[in-house]
Amino acid sequence: MADLRELYQEVILEHSKAPRNFRELAAANRKAEGYNPLCGDHFTVYLDVEEDGRIRDIAFQGSGCAISKASASMMTQSVKGKTREEAEKIFDRFHKLVTGQGNGNSSELGKLSVFSGVSEFPVRVKCATLAWHTLRAALEGTLETASTE
Amino acid sequence: MNAATNIYPETKAPATTSGYDVFRIRQDFPILGLKVHGKPLIYLDNAATSQKPQVVIDAITSYYSASNANIHRGVHALSELATQSYENARTKVQRFLNAGDPSEIIFVRGTTEGINLVAQTYGRANIKAGDEIIISALEHHSNIVPWQILCEQQGARLRVIPINDQGELLLNEGEFEKLLGPKTKLVAIAHVSNALGTIVPLRKVIEMAHSRNVPVVVDGAQAAPHVNIDVRALDADFYVFSSHKIFGPTGIGALYGKRALLEAMPPYQGGGDMISSVTFEKTLYNKLPYKFEAGTPDISGVIGLGAAIDYLNKIGLDRIAAHEHELLVYATQVLSAIPGLRLIGTARNKAALVSFVLENIHAHDVGTVLDQEGIAIRTGHHCAQPLMQRFGVDATARASFALYNTKEEVDALAAGIHKVQEVLG
Repeated sequence: MADLRELYQEVILEHSKAPRNFRELAAANRKAEGYNPLCGDHFTVYLDVEEDGRIRDIAFQGSGCAISKASASMMTQSVKGKTREEAEKIFDRFHKLVTGQGNGNSSELGKLSVFSGVSEFPVRVKCATLAWHTLRAALEGTLETASTE
Repeated sequence: MNAATNIYPETKAPATTSGYDVFRIRQDFPILGLKVHGKPLIYLDNAATSQKPQVVIDAITSYYSASNANIHRGVHALSELATQSYENARTKVQRFLNAGDPSEIIFVRGTTEGINLVAQTYGRANIKAGDEIIISALEHHSNIVPWQILCEQQGARLRVIPINDQGELLLNEGEFEKLLGPKTKLVAIAHVSNALGTIVPLRKVIEMAHSRNVPVVVDGAQAAPHVNIDVRALDADFYVFSSHKIFGPTGIGALYGKRALLEAMPPYQGGGDMISSVTFEKTLYNKLPYKFEAGTPDISGVIGLGAAIDYLNKIGLDRIAAHEHELLVYATQVLSAIPGLRLIGTARNKAALVSFVLENIHAHDVGTVLDQEGIAIRTGHHCAQPLMQRFGVDATARASFALYNTKEEVDALAAGIHKVQEVLG
């Protein structure tokens, strides 16, 4: 049971039930769809990116499990106002955290460190990173569907 | 390893149909004694693949340790022995399906390959531009995509028999009748739905198709472990199933086809064993069933499948079906009583599986929490995305039962679902 509480932390459950920035973004100039063909989780990430590459606004829509939805919700909060490079750096750290490759400096991730429990559940890594892969696709201006496969 | 005593030390009497000793049966399956995350394994993912009894494992081991050789070649003793075991298994499959002749049984890698074989041989030869192929809304991707590929190749069109909210085919309502027309050249249909458990009224579907001279391909993957199959009584033109779902090894299955249809079909793959003579100018193909079995087959798989059929026959499919029906009735009753749980697929005639969704909780999260309790279920779209769309869900949780499952395991599932709601609620 301890493991499960590690995975499904209060913050994660709260975000999955009331996701932030969960809407279509009318002003979006970038958009990408993310899809996990194994489970059917599906998200669209909308971005309003300034000319210098800074994320002025971000929103998402779609459906998925508690982990993927909470991850998407908290991602939108953590990258808003960041440049593309900064967002990539956060994703990199986040990826290391959920795959258990972190070197203990999860403090840099702030609130996102609640996802550390995912590393104990390897099959759920794809859930935690789906929105991030989608964000990357949107930042790259890729129009194709991002996939965790 | 003694599964029954490991898992239920305090249970004495069998809790199922008279004479059916499920706890004795459990002892035939070494894996059922495993612990997962420190809890006794409760394996409820049988529609994905079934566990293997010791006799099947032994048959494979014994082949490799005492009779391994290539078949249909060589005059030496081991080759003869291997050929005999391989062909004996074909006869077992023939009887299992009540086919008329062993030459009507083609060994394939599984249901998927069997369907692809029919699509690319019978289909390529007989389906023309403008023709129509009818499938149903219940189909697994393996009985959708091969036909879509064929339709693209030939310029044909795929039509779909709709279902009602219980997950039953709309036949009487005239929907299938309306689809069946002069353009219809083939019907491909599941005997039992993998995602909902619906048992399709196959005789009626086949009768309706045959009244228009349309042949029927049956995907029997989910039916084979649960119901007696009689391809002649059904008058099925093609019937396919997989070994691994009937307690045999993975990577092997069988396709039944009516002799006249198989004779007229071009070969599927070229190679050794499927020829009678080869020159660079012309090749003569071998007779049935070898025409469709190019290359060295999965000999140990076929022998393992034969052992699995022997095992099923020893217990008896009628008794297995009765036991599983009790489990289904019990599981339906217990799960329906859980607040916030909605069953997906409530056909009157149903195999032993329950597909469900929990209010505000995604199926994946259900699967993760149950796994921590040692309970293995399937979560996701079950390779039936169009069906999920029909019910307006992205994914369901599916518990599917087999001959070794018990009512106590259904109780454990219900307790696990309560835990899911407690953790995620």
